[in-house]
Amino acid sequence: MKGYKKYFGKKILWFVLTLIVAVILNFILPRLMPSDPVASITAKVAEGVTDAAAVQAIYERYAEEFGINKSLFEQFFIFVGNALRGNLGTSFSQYPRTVNNIIATALPWSLALQFPAIIVGWFLGNILGAVAAYVRKGWDKVVLPIAIFINNIPAFGLAVILLVIFAVNLKIAPVSGGYSFDMIPNFSWPFIKSVISHYQLPFWSQVLITIGGQAIGMRSMSIYELNADYVKYSRFLGIKDGKIVGYVFRNAMLPQITGLALSIGTMLSGGLVAEIIFSYPGLGTVLYSAVTSADYPLISATTLIITIMVLLVTLFLDVIYGFIDPRVKAAQFDA
Amino acid sequence: MKNTLKNIFHSPRFVVGFIIFVALLLTMIFYPIFNPGDPLERIGVGTFAKPGTYFSMYDATSAKTETFRLADAEENRINALLTGDARTRMIDWMSRHGDDVAGLDPADTGALMEAWGRYYEDVRLSGMTNADRVYFRRLNNSIVNSATAEELLVMEEDPETGDYAQKGTISLTDYVNTKDVANVKTLPLGTDNFGRDTLRELVSAAGVSLRVGLIAGIVATLIGLSLGLLAGYLGGVADDIIMFITNIFTVIPSFVLLILISYSISQEARGASLVAVVIGFTGWTWTCRSVRSQVISLRNRDHVNLSKLSGHSMVRIVLTDILPYIASYVVMAFILQVSAGILSEAQLSMLGLGPKTTETPTLGLMMNWAMLYSAHTNGSWWAYFPVILTITLISFSLNLMNTGLDQVFNPTLRD
Repeated sequence: MKGYKKYFGKKILWFVLTLIVAVILNFILPRLMPSDPVASITAKVAEGVTDAAAVQAIYERYAEEFGINKSLFEQFFIFVGNALRGNLGTSFSQYPRTVNNIIATALPWSLALQFPAIIVGWFLGNILGAVAAYVRKGWDKVVLPIAIFINNIPAFGLAVILLVIFAVNLKIAPVSGGYSFDMIPNFSWPFIKSVISHYQLPFWSQVLITIGGQAIGMRSMSIYELNADYVKYSRFLGIKDGKIVGYVFRNAMLPQITGLALSIGTMLSGGLVAEIIFSYPGLGTVLYSAVTSADYPLISATTLIITIMVLLVTLFLDVIYGFIDPRVKAAQFDA
Repeated sequence: MKNTLKNIFHSPRFVVGFIIFVALLLTMIFYPIFNPGDPLERIGVGTFAKPGTYFSMYDATSAKTETFRLADAEENRINALLTGDARTRMIDWMSRHGDDVAGLDPADTGALMEAWGRYYEDVRLSGMTNADRVYFRRLNNSIVNSATAEELLVMEEDPETGDYAQKGTISLTDYVNTKDVANVKTLPLGTDNFGRDTLRELVSAAGVSLRVGLIAGIVATLIGLSLGLLAGYLGGVADDIIMFITNIFTVIPSFVLLILISYSISQEARGASLVAVVIGFTGWTWTCRSVRSQVISLRNRDHVNLSKLSGHSMVRIVLTDILPYIASYVVMAFILQVSAGILSEAQLSMLGLGPKTTETPTLGLMMNWAMLYSAHTNGSWWAYFPVILTITLISFSLNLMNTGLDQVFNPTLRD
């Protein structure tokens, strides 16, 4: 048990260290941008006010509220202190909405879109890859190059192509948004129907992207395992083919499961651009509007959420591997 | 070396990828010779002109004409006049009018015109607005006009008196050879939202994007390789420090880092090369990790120990005893970095964080502008589809070359 304690302690220490670096980068980098968003808010609010002193007073009030009149160092500690209490500040571009509120509205959309899509794509991709590895002949010559080609279409490209075919030309899916623009989110049947029809295109474009990568990975993994010595030895021993395939499949699956966990971790950053194409009301669209309006509290928060998600999944994987991977176990108990 | 090259070119995947890549490269080099000029020049005033050949109508009126009597000329003229929408509306009108339109094919222009000529009258049918009535009246007029027209007059205004003088006539059977028209412009991919020649812009953008990918790949590979070599060969404290940094940058998603760094550089300062360096700077960690682990397995081999005993310097040992063993891996990683770099630039530009738009076109910027001007919803496929295809082809060819190399250098993967 001592070995485990040391191992997990080390992993948690790593988690905390990386988190600190990530928070520092998330805070400092967007604030290096030479622009003054408070000035633009002031200009919006003080429209028509001619008295320069009054405008100055408004500016100072906002500067005080956003804390940008303090030094960067002080701002950082205020930011961290607020973030620890779960307050990510106020948005510049959508003032007076808080960043928490904006993220809380957008995050469920992103998660509900990406998570099922990755799971479905992962299952379909692995089945396809395993079949491709088992069938080989013929398939490999024709299907594999096509699969590699499709896999190289950038995610946003695939999104645009699907959008043009199914929404613009065939008109069987809506062009943009997460629900019909004349509706207010509620739990009524028409609204849910609208959400489902808007869900299709972003969902399937993410599924297709996931299938491509998983199928190719699973195929080469399975081929590698099929050629391994233990398979040859099992054949010598006369073990039935079905049973060998079972072993091969189990071994080939391990890295794929790691891959699944990692893509769940990175799912938020992976879907950003596709969300923008579909104007889906998720984090990608929030980030895009934050970038175009120089809204750095919102940028910091969005990127921080994405980073923390990845960090948590990595920590989770490390912990799981500590239990199931015999090599990690051995390394800990030898020491 | 010669043998290795021979092996590489025996791999069908590598060869296919290589051919596609070289074809793209040759297009980027030679196309500007045939169609010279600034790729950002705005030749069109409107947005999204369709692909095709354009000739100056002004010049055409003074070009030498030939008379042809083509049997299908009139039908073609009416065909061009009647859109699919107009055809279905005509049939709809006739069926509301109580005429027998069963079995009338909207695509059959002759039958449609014949029925229309027989039944149409200028009345307002029940269930139709006045605007509908005006629409059908106009439609009928233009059909009748194009059927009965004889010729068009070309007039010229006298700049002093303001009088019009007849300059010539254009009859229905006049034809002009495009070679005789002084100004003809062929735009194989039309124009984009700024009125730029899309093909010229695309070729230039592909070149810039490839350069971005190469710079990003070189930066990432150089950083990853040198840190990996240092960490692996020196070990100890140097290894600990380098691995500390590497681990942190492995876990923080590189795209997030890319967004943050690009944002912190103002739009004005973001040139294509700077963006490329930033992309390379965020993408070196995997190279570093793999190089390090390979160097660790190499550093206690006999030939390295022998070199150490002979008193060779560290630089020489690394260059002659270690690098050759990991070179194939580094080249493959570099190819993948180039392809990832091109994709990163495109994604950054889609987020509005790409290179500044006034200097050079890049594939990502073209895509970004096409989306901002809704090329995808207004049917201007030439503004975005060739861009997607180019990105796909570049990364497809690079990936094919990479898997080809992998099969050559990694015997367990050979089929």
